[in-house]
Amino acid sequence: MADVPALLQPVRSIGRWVLGAMGQAGAVTLFGVRGVAVAASPPWFIGQLGRQILSVGYFSLPVVGLTAVFTGAALALNIYTGGGRFNAEQIMPQIVALGITRELGPVLAALMLAGRVSAAMAAEIGAMRATEQIDAMQTLSTDPFRYLIAPRLFAAVLTLPVLTAVADIIGIAGGWVVATRTLNFNATVYVRNTWDFLEQWDVVSGLLKAAVFGFIVALTGCYHGFNATGGARGVGRATTHAVVTGAVLIFATDYLMTSAFSR
Amino acid sequence: MSAVTPRLEWRGVRKTFGGPPVLAGFDLSVDPGRSLVIIGGSGQGKSVAVKVAAGLIEPDAGEILMDGRPVQDLTDRERRKLARRFGMLFQGSALFDSLSVWENVAFRLINADRLPRKTARERALAALERVRIGRQFTELYPSELSGGMKKRVGLARAVIGDPDIIFFDEPTSGLDPITSRAINSLISEQVKGLGCTAVTITHDLASARRIGDEVAMLHGGVVVWRGPASDLDRSGNPYVNQFVRGELEGPIKSLV
Repeated sequence: MADVPALLQPVRSIGRWVLGAMGQAGAVTLFGVRGVAVAASPPWFIGQLGRQILSVGYFSLPVVGLTAVFTGAALALNIYTGGGRFNAEQIMPQIVALGITRELGPVLAALMLAGRVSAAMAAEIGAMRATEQIDAMQTLSTDPFRYLIAPRLFAAVLTLPVLTAVADIIGIAGGWVVATRTLNFNATVYVRNTWDFLEQWDVVSGLLKAAVFGFIVALTGCYHGFNATGGARGVGRATTHAVVTGAVLIFATDYLMTSAFSR
Repeated sequence: MSAVTPRLEWRGVRKTFGGPPVLAGFDLSVDPGRSLVIIGGSGQGKSVAVKVAAGLIEPDAGEILMDGRPVQDLTDRERRKLARRFGMLFQGSALFDSLSVWENVAFRLINADRLPRKTARERALAALERVRIGRQFTELYPSELSGGMKKRVGLARAVIGDPDIIFFDEPTSGLDPITSRAINSLISEQVKGLGCTAVTITHDLASARRIGDEVAMLHGGVVVWRGPASDLDRSGNPYVNQFVRGELEGPIKSLV
């Protein structure tokens, strides 16, 4: 090991990083597969699923709604400015609707969830790991994957599309408010232009993305929390990793899915 | 050699966590209905030995035998069945923060045994009464309890499934001498009441004498002495002598 020439040290570091990243990717994948596979057979913890749906979905509504309304409003202003450069201000409602439903609705809702839910999952499960509560659960003949992980994964997959649908409506409404109050658009015409222009696939593709993002958000939170080591510091590290890897994976997956849907 | 098949046996168990071995060929056994106490300095592998036996940590080598049968040979279903024979009281109690006292105790009954909540609650309240936790505390959350009460709730949770083997990980750590004594009495009472086998790890020699039939001293990942609890003060073993007397000089090197 010590015989590696100094010039090759960077290569060695890169190689080590790549191997580490691949190992991590494999571990996360196996964790996700196990989290889903356990749901194929009983016992199911329906109560836990309900609690998670409430926590992931209902309690995220305010933050997702606020993000969507301001993003829709800012998007409307930007498109109006851009469109004005070649006298195309009137296409603003259509572009706002397209941008929100296909891209910003699912991505922003997922990012908000990564910050709110993924971090909370990593912190909660990490604290349970640090205080031996997960070990205790095993000694009480209860599989932590069934009780803790699967309900969170399914709750996020089920609720993020719903949150995205809400974000779509609120985001478009944000654009509508700005357009009709400050840019002198006719309220009815704006709505009709949006409705006539939108295709079913614009909305459905965004909701499909949201389901995948939901899985990513819960998976990164649960994985980093479950594997947290080193007490309080480890829990803090797990929380940071959950949010950062979740956000990066959301953007990467967004590109891949957009690319696949565009064909 | 005992003619009885040990209820639990560690045979040549080895475990490392990236550094020097924590367990380096650990051999120990406990007969049915006996109470074994494992003593030893900090970081000598006591908790790891118990967690390996409880199926919480996979050993790198060696085997765990239950009633003479290697656990590694069991099918997943048999292992799940085996896990139901265990109970464990954790060092920090490991109560679930999000559940009330009675829900903690009833956790196994509700989630593993699938009993109706009402039945599980009644059994949990009875178990809590046995460890002297009054009804006024049963709706509280763990964060609202003292250290001694948490241990008692943990004890009620460990025994509620009528286990064959109970592991106690530092049951009196962080408690004052009077509360420690009360916990030790409860442990003895519960173990005798259930007629189960008990494995306790502790630094507390008073606890070891009070709740143990036998004591094993662990050092460097192996058992360096084993004998009746009553022989702790006249073991003739340099490790045990140094540990019991709390001396700095001897085969156990102080970290200070």
